[in-house]
Amino acid sequence: MKSRLAGKPGADYTRINPRRVRSLIHKEFVQIIRDPSSIAIALVLPVFLILLIGYGLSLDAKDIPVAVVLENPTPDSASVAGAFKLSDYFKVTEVTSMQEAVKLIRDLKVDGIVRLSQDFDRQLASGGASVQLIVRGVDANRARFIQGYARGALSQWTDHRAVSEALPSVGSARLQTRMWFNEAVDSHYFLVPGLVVLIMTLTGALLTALVMAREWEQGTLEALFVTPVRASEILIGKTLPYFILGMTGLLLTASAGRFLFHVPLKGSTIVLAAVSALYLLVALGFGLLISSATRNQFVAGQITIIATFLPAVFLSGFVFDLASVPAGVRFISYLLPARYYVSFLQTIFLAGNVWSVIVPDAAAMTVMFLILFALTLRKTEKRLN
Amino acid sequence: MESLRRILALIRKELLAILKDPRSRFTVLGPPVIQAFIFGYAATYDLNHVRYAVYDQDRSEASRQFLADIDGSGTFRRVANLRDQREIAPLIDSRRVLIVVQIGQDFERRLLLGQPADVQVIADGRNSNTAGTALNYIGTIADSFNATWRQTNGGPPPPVQAVQRAWYNPNLETRWFMVPGMIGMLTLVQMIVITAMSVAREREQGTFDQLLVTPFRPVEIMIGKSVPSILIGLVQVTMVLTLALFWFKIPFQGSLFTLYAGVLLFLITAVGVGLTVSSVAATMQQALMGSFLTIMPFAMLGGLNTPISNMPRGIQYVTFIDPLRWVISIIHRVFLEGASLRRISSDLWPLALIALFTQAIAVWMFRRRLT
Repeated sequence: MKSRLAGKPGADYTRINPRRVRSLIHKEFVQIIRDPSSIAIALVLPVFLILLIGYGLSLDAKDIPVAVVLENPTPDSASVAGAFKLSDYFKVTEVTSMQEAVKLIRDLKVDGIVRLSQDFDRQLASGGASVQLIVRGVDANRARFIQGYARGALSQWTDHRAVSEALPSVGSARLQTRMWFNEAVDSHYFLVPGLVVLIMTLTGALLTALVMAREWEQGTLEALFVTPVRASEILIGKTLPYFILGMTGLLLTASAGRFLFHVPLKGSTIVLAAVSALYLLVALGFGLLISSATRNQFVAGQITIIATFLPAVFLSGFVFDLASVPAGVRFISYLLPARYYVSFLQTIFLAGNVWSVIVPDAAAMTVMFLILFALTLRKTEKRLN
Repeated sequence: MESLRRILALIRKELLAILKDPRSRFTVLGPPVIQAFIFGYAATYDLNHVRYAVYDQDRSEASRQFLADIDGSGTFRRVANLRDQREIAPLIDSRRVLIVVQIGQDFERRLLLGQPADVQVIADGRNSNTAGTALNYIGTIADSFNATWRQTNGGPPPPVQAVQRAWYNPNLETRWFMVPGMIGMLTLVQMIVITAMSVAREREQGTFDQLLVTPFRPVEIMIGKSVPSILIGLVQVTMVLTLALFWFKIPFQGSLFTLYAGVLLFLITAVGVGLTVSSVAATMQQALMGSFLTIMPFAMLGGLNTPISNMPRGIQYVTFIDPLRWVISIIHRVFLEGASLRRISSDLWPLALIALFTQAIAVWMFRRRLT
């Protein structure tokens, strides 16, 4: 083989040689098996994380602890308290003074106070009683939902009373709300696909960032450069094994979402697999670029975690709605591959094959993939000259 | 005395190793501020730009008033007026609108007859939290529409009226919750990675063994590795805190001393976690993987993204070992509620326990490596 390579060096530098690529891939696999931590990153980690975090994450409040202050227990005020007790959303602690309730909210024992004042009955008889609703506003999102549920409990009580007392009815607009794609309002439906994105972003980038940076650091990549191997062949040899590992991890996490968390898959499995493969390539390419640019494991590791994990949490539309974000910050989110994959996954899982969403998302990922690999190739080749 | 001198030398060497390289210096000091800045804007559950479409079959005075209330709320932006039921699905599917409000053709007639008049509100539930918040806003608008309708049409006032107050955050701004929380979130990530990687790097390059044959005792090495990270952490905390106070202008109710006491304990804990990770890792790759393995659950289950009280009971117990959970509670209570040291003691002692436990494990692992 040596003599053949030596015989026509020109041919070897102009196109990718499948045989060399194959032996590079073989070498990478041997390395993976020798240090199984790559396998752990690709397979064990995603499954562990999706189980632990998937079960933990939830934005659906239930059994919210509230204190109901009955300063003067009467049948009417007790029936308002009863409306809160009946609601699935609340777990009521009854107290008789505001001081007790304030102490409960300060010690984080309750998240809200419903105060029925001393003269609730008198106010009610004279035409309108006010009910004080206090929420612990620190977690504003949760507080807003608590307010909504409390208003719901009160209006139910009002309707009930109107019927039982045969009060003259007044016209009112009544909302009939429907939540498409998630009728049961289960936040796992969007949190679990988002979690898949998070896990795959980090594992994908981590897998390649470190192996490549280590080769740079230890000088073994330069050793490779004195052989006839081309930069593009090295990149293929580095990407393919981890692509296979990453796809297996993706398969495991997506299956967990589908079968353990019962997120329905409305769209086609083939489209899901194809676009996911594309995204994985973007993540791997990102890792390659970081490691080629830094050539230092410490810095590469730092950047990978900083640039992938938190942005994917806060800037991808995973939980926070990007439409309400100021334009400048929203623009940054367009540079984030995770954003497109979150949008794609939420759509393919919950809404189906909506091409008007899928095609732009996939196109953006393709562009990113091409840019990342072109940049990496340049960074790698530069060293050769 | 001799021991102190040795530790100081080691601290100096550690700080130099991290801060000498400009790239490494930047990755340690730049990202927390940049991230706190960007995420401070991005991490919000408050909606201010909800695109919605209207399918008004009634076209009456009342329905126009109802829609004017929505348009005037400042939260919703009407992007389409529909003429057909079939137009709804494509608009929502393609994410062009989040909400469709459909008013039936007998809306006004039913209102005048004193009957409930239905308004269909369809939301894109692909993110059920955003959709729920938007529906909540519409609910508030409908309530005030009904109150006005009662008044102008001579109905009796409603028997009960809710007077709503939100303590500690009167306008319910998510930013007041998120930005202080970032102090814990951002430093957690950095502390664990920096500490774990700095030990792993020495191990991989063989300099750790050299350190072990010097007169340093394992505890001294541990202190020498911990203190620089904690110092860097304090700088990061101060930078993010400054941003929260002077850029985002979040009102600070408590005392800085109490806040720093809690944060310092947290930093010791986070560094302890980093040391524990590094003590089981042989290479930098393993250290990074170990960091990731601890950071991700800690960060996601710390209560900043989704409330801990929503989690299943079993997972809530798991969060007891999450230092982020305790420090976020401390920061929020000191920052927004003005809690005293005594009131946050229920959050301090779990942190102290975790700190003690992780540091003890790390010392034990270092010792074992010696023999």
